[in-house]
Amino acid sequence: MEFRTTSSPFVADRTHVSRIMRQVLYALVPGTLATAWYFGPGVLISIVLCVAFALLLEGLMLRLRGRPLKPFLTDYSAVVTAWLLALCLPPLVPWWMLLIGVFFAIVVAKQLYGGLGYNPFNPAMIGYVVLLVSFPREVSQWLPPAPLAEHPLGLMDSLRVILTGSLPPELSWDAVTMATPLDVMKTGLKMDQTVSEIRENPLFGDFGGVGWEWIRNWLALGGLWLAFRRVIDWRIPVGVFLGMGLVATPFYLLNPDSFASPAFHVFSGGMILGAFFIATDPVTASTTPLGRLIYGMGIGILAWIIRTWGNYPDGIAFAVLLMNLAAPTIDYYTRPRVFGAGSQRKDGS
Amino acid sequence: MSEISHRQIIVDGLWYNNTGLVQLLGLCPLLAVTSTVVNGLGLGLATVATLVTSNTVVSLIRNHVRQEVRVPVFVLIIASIVTVIELIMHAWFHELYLILGIFIPLIVTNCAILGRAEAFAAKHDVGRAALDGLMIGLGFAAVLVVLGAMREFIGSGTLLAHAELLFGDAARAWELAPFEHYRGFLVAVLPPGAFFGLGLLIALKNLIDRRAERRAASLKARMANEPAVQGT
Repeated sequence: MEFRTTSSPFVADRTHVSRIMRQVLYALVPGTLATAWYFGPGVLISIVLCVAFALLLEGLMLRLRGRPLKPFLTDYSAVVTAWLLALCLPPLVPWWMLLIGVFFAIVVAKQLYGGLGYNPFNPAMIGYVVLLVSFPREVSQWLPPAPLAEHPLGLMDSLRVILTGSLPPELSWDAVTMATPLDVMKTGLKMDQTVSEIRENPLFGDFGGVGWEWIRNWLALGGLWLAFRRVIDWRIPVGVFLGMGLVATPFYLLNPDSFASPAFHVFSGGMILGAFFIATDPVTASTTPLGRLIYGMGIGILAWIIRTWGNYPDGIAFAVLLMNLAAPTIDYYTRPRVFGAGSQRKDGS
Repeated sequence: MSEISHRQIIVDGLWYNNTGLVQLLGLCPLLAVTSTVVNGLGLGLATVATLVTSNTVVSLIRNHVRQEVRVPVFVLIIASIVTVIELIMHAWFHELYLILGIFIPLIVTNCAILGRAEAFAAKHDVGRAALDGLMIGLGFAAVLVVLGAMREFIGSGTLLAHAELLFGDAARAWELAPFEHYRGFLVAVLPPGAFFGLGLLIALKNLIDRRAERRAASLKARMANEPAVQGT
């Protein structure tokens, strides 16, 4: 008689790539709606365009590589990448720039490295960084949040701006766009203003920027839900905030005039989106429990350093990519001990 | 040891042993100066001149240098040649000299040159060594020019901009700018663009090689099958 034994694990988990990705998409909904509420419907249009481009390019690359289309196109990973990229970009970025960003995200950063699971860098961040480096003016040109907007653009106007690049005739770019709070903070500090002087600008709210901080709250809500559902590991976002706080707090306490408060840093720029949705990408993040904490802290520390002393107002994207690069090394040094093997106990010898 | 044929030297230098695409030597200048065609061509020509001269000289003295000290001697020879070329460029192509800057003296450290001196010139006669230097150099320069063209075209939407630096004032009109309102794609001009571009070029070369290999294999199979088909 034959006893067939299969190797462990014996309990099949119901988590599947498409299930995880779908939950990430649900978690992005409140933040996305808040963005549309404060910055107009442009963001919805760019999400639709990015997702369409992403599916198209993913399908094209899968066909070129001779892979089956259906399982990869329906796992929602390209949709998540495209959605995150669209959320990072200003709402009125022209369509061809979205196409370039998605191209670098899906074709270069994901498929050329071997597709889902093989990419060393976060695809959405590669797409964003390529655009940020190539078109710095367009990518840092945000709209004023709804309470400050004098000329809010409707759905049709936004669509026209994205597709043709031309504004309604009575408006100029200067009237429609506005710098981000991080940008204002950076320029102000460069001109030797103190933080409290800079914060008198009506753009600033309680912690971050008016409107901006509320979008961050809704994003954080989605992120906490993901952490609660165990879709993402809480150690990564906690690590990011811990790392940021670790460097931002002493500098702020010593010199609150020339260093923004940790709360401002958390609630502005890509901090919350990055901590909950981007750094937690299971492919590119560290995989061990301690490693994830270190990985998150690295992102927080690097992001603050780039924001404070770098040339770009926000550093989350660069920090995530740098730590992506470090993740395999972190994993190597933080491997948990296998139960029963490699005991630390010395046997007297 | 049977002597390598001239034809083999040419094919190896330009394609199968291409410094930029196969050996991946001298990547530092390859990646750093190829932001335009003219920069690439300028450094490429300087490298060709260095390789031909250094290979010739090394081959001439190959029987008089003791094995133990050959590498320092080769480095001294290469350094002297590069210094001469640097002075020549300083005198006649001053603008280009300023643009290429540190990368001209750095030709000394281009491992492709010492590599050819050690691996080829020190073992072959003068004619073959000089030919090898020329072919390896041309292969390298070709990669520099193609990569420069890709990056210049995508990055700034022009081709052969500033050709006057190399070819005199008459070349000012050579610049091609097919798009009138090209806004530029900065990442192609910046260092990442060099890596992307080189990666794509290497992939293209491997693709061409594999296609040729497959065609040769299928041709051979067909030739082997033909008599059998006739026999049945």
